[in-house]
Amino acid sequence: MDLVALLAIQVLYAIASLALISVGLAIIFGMMRVINLAHGEFLMLGGYAAIVATSHGISIWLSMLVVAPIVVGIIGVVVERTIIRFLYGRMIDTMLATWGLSLLLVGLTTAIFGNTTVGISAPLGSIQIGAYRTSAYTLFVIAVAVVTLGAIFAVMRWTRLGLIARGTMQNANMAAALGVNPPRVYAVTFGVGAALSGLAGAVLAPVSGVFPTIGVAYVAKSFITVIGGGAAILSGTVSASALFGAINQIATFVTTPVFGEVALLAAAIVLIRLLPQGITGRFFRRGL
Amino acid sequence: MTINRRTFLKGTAATASAGLFSSSAWAEDPIGVASIHDLSGGLDIYGKPMVDALTLAIEEANAAGGLLGRQLKLINYDTQSNMQLYTQFAQQAALKDKVAVVHGGITSASREVIRPVLDRFKTLYFYNTQYEGGVCDRNQFDTGVTPAQTVEKLVPYAMKKWGKKVYVVAADYNYGQITSQWVKKYVMENGGEVSSIDFFPLDVTNFGPTISKIQAAKPDFVWSALVGGAHISFYRQWAAAGMRASIPMASTTFAVGNEHIVLSPEECNGMLVCYNYFQDLKNPVNEAFVASFHKRFGADYPNITELAMGTYQGFRLWAEAVKKAGSVDRLKVIDALETGISIDAPSGKVTIDPPTHHCVLDVHIAEVSDKKLKVLEDFAQQKPADTAAVCNLIKNPNDNQQYVIKI
Repeated sequence: MDLVALLAIQVLYAIASLALISVGLAIIFGMMRVINLAHGEFLMLGGYAAIVATSHGISIWLSMLVVAPIVVGIIGVVVERTIIRFLYGRMIDTMLATWGLSLLLVGLTTAIFGNTTVGISAPLGSIQIGAYRTSAYTLFVIAVAVVTLGAIFAVMRWTRLGLIARGTMQNANMAAALGVNPPRVYAVTFGVGAALSGLAGAVLAPVSGVFPTIGVAYVAKSFITVIGGGAAILSGTVSASALFGAINQIATFVTTPVFGEVALLAAAIVLIRLLPQGITGRFFRRGL
Repeated sequence: MTINRRTFLKGTAATASAGLFSSSAWAEDPIGVASIHDLSGGLDIYGKPMVDALTLAIEEANAAGGLLGRQLKLINYDTQSNMQLYTQFAQQAALKDKVAVVHGGITSASREVIRPVLDRFKTLYFYNTQYEGGVCDRNQFDTGVTPAQTVEKLVPYAMKKWGKKVYVVAADYNYGQITSQWVKKYVMENGGEVSSIDFFPLDVTNFGPTISKIQAAKPDFVWSALVGGAHISFYRQWAAAGMRASIPMASTTFAVGNEHIVLSPEECNGMLVCYNYFQDLKNPVNEAFVASFHKRFGADYPNITELAMGTYQGFRLWAEAVKKAGSVDRLKVIDALETGISIDAPSGKVTIDPPTHHCVLDVHIAEVSDKKLKVLEDFAQQKPADTAAVCNLIKNPNDNQQYVIKI
């Protein structure tokens, strides 16, 4: 029974971490149709931002939850202003540009921080569940995911900002005719997507450590989750994370981590075969 | 090997350039020594100290007048943790740069990539990493320790200290798979049991489910043969789950990449390891070596690793054999090495074991203690008994394979 509870936490954690690493990409891809191949590097930068800030004496919570998103958000806005904005509507070109950006960022961080794994110890200690122990930080990651997704929902659903963003994404010309400035909306949206990626990278840094090429480990999973989720950003991310995270974690527990990864990829292939538009192409179509 | 257009072009390009540029070899040319190590990418934690040690060894040799009156030249290839580059650079070293010897390869996977290349192009090869044992190849010398030298000592030590039930976590390629079988063999021989062996690809960073599984299995201790930067998160997550206090750990790989310095003491104190070399070994040769190493690379150099010492000793053994043979010719040097050449190295006496081309050397069990490795017990002059059981290159010089343990 304790083991079931522990496993349930692990599954929730897998879902939460998938949702966290994907939601920034989902916003950039889902709302702006930009395939951001530098997404993994945004996560990596978030991790480094948090670690550097912590080592300069800033509290770990502040580093992860405030410094990292702000730093990566600013980088995101700069990237949008200098590179992405010239390439809207040219999907292949944005892929090429962001891929180049990803290589550049990996090279820069390698030059600055070296190619070794750095990390910070996870705070909060451990908790006892019956005869078992698990890291309390696991619960913190789950909480961050819930709060983040909740906040995105609230902003998109109930604020004027969210309304403008949704309107611009649906029909930029019409929004412009109604007095909205689409380039600014794009810049802000891209920055928010990047900031969320930075947050995810920072929150996961104590668990996995950070090194310049860690983005590679994240980017494939994020894309699979976003594509599997389909058009609706929030419900898509949540439903795809829930499906893939649960399959991955349970398969890992029952068999081995290798098979866990295989099961995740197999599930993604089957899903895309059955639902080419992703989960929200058929279910939760009216979701955000 | 399948030949597609790319490898064909690479091969011909290398051959062509070799013909163009290196026709003018005269006696006073420096002797080329190739280093093929990962200096970037996920495995650079191992590669950098190895290349530093080789650099120092060559500088020392040159300062002492070189070999056979010729200077030595280090030719450094960075394989970037990429297996394809190993093939390419091994060919380049053998055909274009025509080096006298190749020191290199870190993971067992990379060794098996370059070994056939260097066999084919008849270039002497030193593999200086501690590994799973069993390679039997007259062209290759292995200066690292193997399971019969380390696992055989550490398993009974850890079982006596902690208990008989062991859970093994290992990297998912030939090193981890074979080493975990050796662990199992020695655990069973000592009357214990292995409750499970789990393998992880080198890029896995989430160990949550495994940590739950280990708790459910309730072993007396965990044995880690995890490899590379990503796997460091296992130790972090293990400590974060509060497990370090309740289930101890022994390892055949920990600290080889300075993990004990990257992690905090709370995350890894008390872990047991067993290697040939520790920086704090007390003997005059080592104290002089550490002093000159620090003079060359800075007193703040984090730690001279097992692999760095393997590389240093590998080069010294080769240099000794060249002196004895009076030539850098491959077969003459192999013959000289097969006389059982011996050096007084920082780790103690190191002798080539002629039938296996492995080394007889000292090993030590140590404990991680506040970012240091504290030596607990010494075992003098251990033979590579695992490889010796299957491999005899004096009787069968044409043998060329890696023997794998069967349980």
